[in-house]
Amino acid sequence: MSYQDKYEMVCGVETHVELATKTKIFCGCTTEFGGEQNTHVCPVCLGLPGVLPVLNREVVNLAIKAGLALNCEIAEFTKFDRKNYYYPDLPKNYQTSQYDLPICKKGWVEIEVNGKSKKVGITRAHMEEDAGKLVHSGDSITASDSSGVDYNRTGVPLLEIVSEPDMRSVDEVIAYLQELVQILDYAGVSDCRMEQGSVRFDVNVSLRPLGSKDFGTRTEIKNLNSFTAVRRCLEYETERQAAVLDKGEKVIQETRTWDENQGVTLSLRTKEEAHDYRYFPEPDLVPLKIDRDWVERIRATLPELPAAKRERLKGLGLSAYEAGIITSNKAMAGYFDQVMQKYPEAKVVANWIMGDLSALLNAGNQSFEDCPVKPYQLADMLLMIDKGEISGKIAKTVLEEIYSSGKDPAAIVKEKGLVQIKDEGALEKIISEVLANNPKSVADYRGGKEKALGFLVGQVMKATQGKANPELVNKILKEKLK
Amino acid sequence: MKTVGKSLAELHKLLVNKEISSVELTREYLDHIREYEPKIKAFITITEDEALKQAEEVDKAIAQGEEIGPLAGIPMALKDNLCTEGIVTTCASQMLRDFNPPYDATVVSRLKAAGAVLVGKLNMDEFAMGSSTENSGYFPTANPWDLSRVPGGSSGGSAASVAAGEVPYSLGSDTGGSIRQPAAFCGVVGLKPTYGAVSRYGLVAFASSLDQIGPLTRTVEDNALVLNAIAGHDPLDSTSVPFNKPDYTQFLENNVRGLKIGVPKEFFGLGLKQEVAAVIEQAIKTFEQLGAKIEECSLPHMEYALPAYYIIAPAECSSNLARYDGVSYGYRAEADGMIEMCKTTRAKAFGQEVKRRIMLGTYALSSGYYDAYYLKAQKVRTLVKQDFERVLAQYDILLSPTTPTVAYKLGEISDPVTCYMGDVYTIPVNLAGLPAISLPAGFTDGLPVGMQLIGNYFAEGLLYRAAYVFEQNTGYYKEIPGLLREAD
Repeated sequence: MSYQDKYEMVCGVETHVELATKTKIFCGCTTEFGGEQNTHVCPVCLGLPGVLPVLNREVVNLAIKAGLALNCEIAEFTKFDRKNYYYPDLPKNYQTSQYDLPICKKGWVEIEVNGKSKKVGITRAHMEEDAGKLVHSGDSITASDSSGVDYNRTGVPLLEIVSEPDMRSVDEVIAYLQELVQILDYAGVSDCRMEQGSVRFDVNVSLRPLGSKDFGTRTEIKNLNSFTAVRRCLEYETERQAAVLDKGEKVIQETRTWDENQGVTLSLRTKEEAHDYRYFPEPDLVPLKIDRDWVERIRATLPELPAAKRERLKGLGLSAYEAGIITSNKAMAGYFDQVMQKYPEAKVVANWIMGDLSALLNAGNQSFEDCPVKPYQLADMLLMIDKGEISGKIAKTVLEEIYSSGKDPAAIVKEKGLVQIKDEGALEKIISEVLANNPKSVADYRGGKEKALGFLVGQVMKATQGKANPELVNKILKEKLK
Repeated sequence: MKTVGKSLAELHKLLVNKEISSVELTREYLDHIREYEPKIKAFITITEDEALKQAEEVDKAIAQGEEIGPLAGIPMALKDNLCTEGIVTTCASQMLRDFNPPYDATVVSRLKAAGAVLVGKLNMDEFAMGSSTENSGYFPTANPWDLSRVPGGSSGGSAASVAAGEVPYSLGSDTGGSIRQPAAFCGVVGLKPTYGAVSRYGLVAFASSLDQIGPLTRTVEDNALVLNAIAGHDPLDSTSVPFNKPDYTQFLENNVRGLKIGVPKEFFGLGLKQEVAAVIEQAIKTFEQLGAKIEECSLPHMEYALPAYYIIAPAECSSNLARYDGVSYGYRAEADGMIEMCKTTRAKAFGQEVKRRIMLGTYALSSGYYDAYYLKAQKVRTLVKQDFERVLAQYDILLSPTTPTVAYKLGEISDPVTCYMGDVYTIPVNLAGLPAISLPAGFTDGLPVGMQLIGNYFAEGLLYRAAYVFEQNTGYYKEIPGLLREAD
C-alpha cells in the first residue's frame, strides 16, 4: 500500500545554487572547482582575525538576474546578516547571509505534470557565502581519527532559493527542480554542475490526511545533490512518515539526513536541538540600494528562458514532447537554433538532433557544448539530402564521419565517393544484373507479390553501397518489371 | 635621552638635517624602552631587528638625497590588535599568543609606506575589552604618572608608551572610549576619528560598527600628522568612506574666536568627581577667554547610551570572536573530539571579561530576546545619534570631561559595572560614529585630567584647531611624568 491512498504529501524545497562568478563573494579568490586543497584561499575567506568582506558586485547582478528569471520582485533595499553557528567548515563560525530583507521575493516557476500545469511559488531567494569542506582521514566522519578542512569552496557565492510548500507529489517536486535548474542554467546564473555539488537541495516534507487543509508536521532532509537522490529520499521519507502516522504516532519535527548507501533518512537533530542562529545585520557591509535602472539593465540581458523556448518550438511544429526534450538541455536548444538558421525544418532538425546526433554524443561521452559536429555541418548535410545528393541512409554514415573527423559533409561525400548515383544508364546496368541474379523475386513480383519489390530495391542499394538514388531505383525497377 | 619629548616635526628636522640618523634615533628609543619597560610594561612585543632594518632603509633614502615624509625614520608602536605581517599579533589574549598574521592592516601598510619605524606591539585589555589594561591576558601596564595606577584602556599600552616617552606616537583603537580614556589617564592626546575615516582592515574586530583606529601623541600637531598618514578611503573596508581627506595640519591655527562650543549638561552628572569637574570648568573658562562662545546644551538620551552600548558591543563581539575555535590558527586545547576541543579552547584561552561579553552578546541576540535587547538598543542608538546631530547643528563642537575620574589604582575596581561607568562620556560618541579628541585639560594631585572635544562627521580638522589653541595657550603638554624627570 502506498502512502498516497491515505495521505497527501506537502513539500517545499530550499535550493542552494552556486552563482557563476569568477571570484568569491567577499574576496578576489577564484571560484574554480577543484584545485589542490587550500590553494584558492586568502586571509579574507579564511576568516583570519582582522579581515573584512567586500561584496562582489557580480554576485548581485546574478542574483537579480535569477530573481527576474524566477518572476520575483527585486528588493530596492537589501542587506546582509550574520547567521551564527559553530561548525569547523565555517571559518568565522558565522555565515554571511541574508535574513529579513532578501534580494528577491515572491516569484514563481511553472511546471507541468501529467499534462497539468501549475505554478510553484518562490518565497524568496537570497545571497550567501558557501562553507568549506571537511576531509576525513577515514571513509566517514565516524570512521576517522582526524579530519581536515579544505577552504577552497569557502566564500563561493550561493543563491538560496526557497519555494513555497506548493508541491503535492514527488513528480511535482522533480518537475519543479528540473524546471528551476533549467531556468538558472538558461539565465547563465549558474553552471548548475550537479556532479560538482554546485546545486544542492534541502527538502521539507510532511503528510496530511487526504482532504485535510492543515499542514502536518514536517521534516527537513538536508543536502541532497541530485534529482535521483531527491526522488529516492522523498519516496522513502513519505512512506516512513505514513508508517508513523498509521501507528497513531506523531511525526517529530526534525532535521534528517539522507543516507545514499542504505537508502534511508536518519535523524540529525530535533526541533529542541535546533540551532538558534542569532541573526543580526552584518556590520562589516553596508546595506545595498538597488535602483530600478540597475534591474532594467539586468533584465535586458536575460536570454529566452525554457518555457518561452518550448512554446516557440511548438509553434515551429514540434510536439510538446520534442520541444521538451530539445529545451531540457540549454546547449542542445542552442544547437537546435543554430542549425535552424541554415536549415529551417524544425521536425527534421529535431529528429536528427534527438536521434543520431544524441546517440553519437552519448556513445562518445560528449555533450552539445563540445559537439564535434558543428551546427552548420549538420545543416549542410540536411541540405544535401534535400538536393538528392545523398540518401538519408548515407547521411547517417556522413554524420558519423563528421563526428569523428570534423570534416565538412561535402568533403566527406566527395572523398568517400558517397555521391548518389543518379546516372540512369549506370543504374540500369546494375539493376539488370540484380534482376538476372534474382529470378525468383522477379517471378514473385510479377506473380503479384508486391513485397518482392522491396527486396530487389535492397539488393540494388547493396550493390551500390547505398549510393543509388532510391526514387530512380524504384522507377527503373518498375519499368523493367512490367 | 636627547630626543624624548621632541615633537614629530622636530624629529623630522633632525633627520633631514642629518643631525641624527634614523638608526641612531631608533636605538635611542629602544634604549629608553629597555630602561622604562620594567616599570611601565607597555609592550607585549619589541621588534628591535625589524625596527633597525626599517631605520636603515630610511637612512639609505636620506643618504641618497631622497625627500622623506614627516613620519619617515621615526619610531612608533601599535596596539597589539593591529595585524602586522610576520609579527605576532596577540590582542593581549592567550588565544592568539602565537598568531602571526600573513598580512598587514591597512593602517600598518600606510605607515610602512610613510617610512615609519615599528618598534613594538603594545599591551591592551584582551581583545580591547576593558578600561584599565588589567584585562590583558599577559600583565597589567602601569600609568607613567603614578606606577600604582592604571593607564586606562583598552589602549593602555598605547597611551602609557607615549606618556613615558617610549615612542613619539602610537596607534590605538576606540570602541567605547579605548583611545580617549587612556589618553586622558596618561595625559596625552588621543583621537577617535569619524567612523569610516580610517580603514578597519586588519584591526582585529571587537565591535565592528563601533571600532575605529586613531593616533595617540604628545601634541595635537603630532596627532594631525599621524592622522594624515592613516586616514582615507580603503577599498578593503566597505564601511570606510570615500571622502576628501584634507591635510589636517592646515587647521592648526591659534584662533578660536567665535567658535561655538556646546557643553552638554548630561556629561556633568552622576559619577563626575569634583576634582575633575573643577579642571574642566577651568578649561571652559580658558576657552571663553580665548574668544570661544560657550553655552550649555542638552543630549537628553545620553543616560540610555551606556546600556545600549553594552548590548550592541557584546552582541557584535559574540559573533566576531566566534572564529577562535582552535580549528585553524591560534590556541588549541587538547581534548577528546571536535566539540570538546572547541569548548575547552575557548574556556581556557579567553579571559573573564571576554567571556562575560560573549555571554552577554549571545544572550542579547538569542531568539526571543533579540527584539527586547538588540533591536531596542539599535533604536536607542538612533536616538543618541539624533541628539548629537541636533546639537551639532547649533554648535561647532561639544566639550566634556573625557572621564568621570582620574586614573584609579591598579586592582581598585573589580566590579565590571563600575568599570563600565567610567566610559559613560565616551561611549555615546561611538554610538553616533562622531569624531572626538581627548587632550590634557590640567592636573589634579599630579594626575592628568582629560577634556573631550566632540565634532561633527569628518570635522577632525576643527577638533584639532580647538585642541591646538587650548594646548598652545595652556602648555600642559610640556608636563612630563615625575618618573622621567627623576631620570634626567
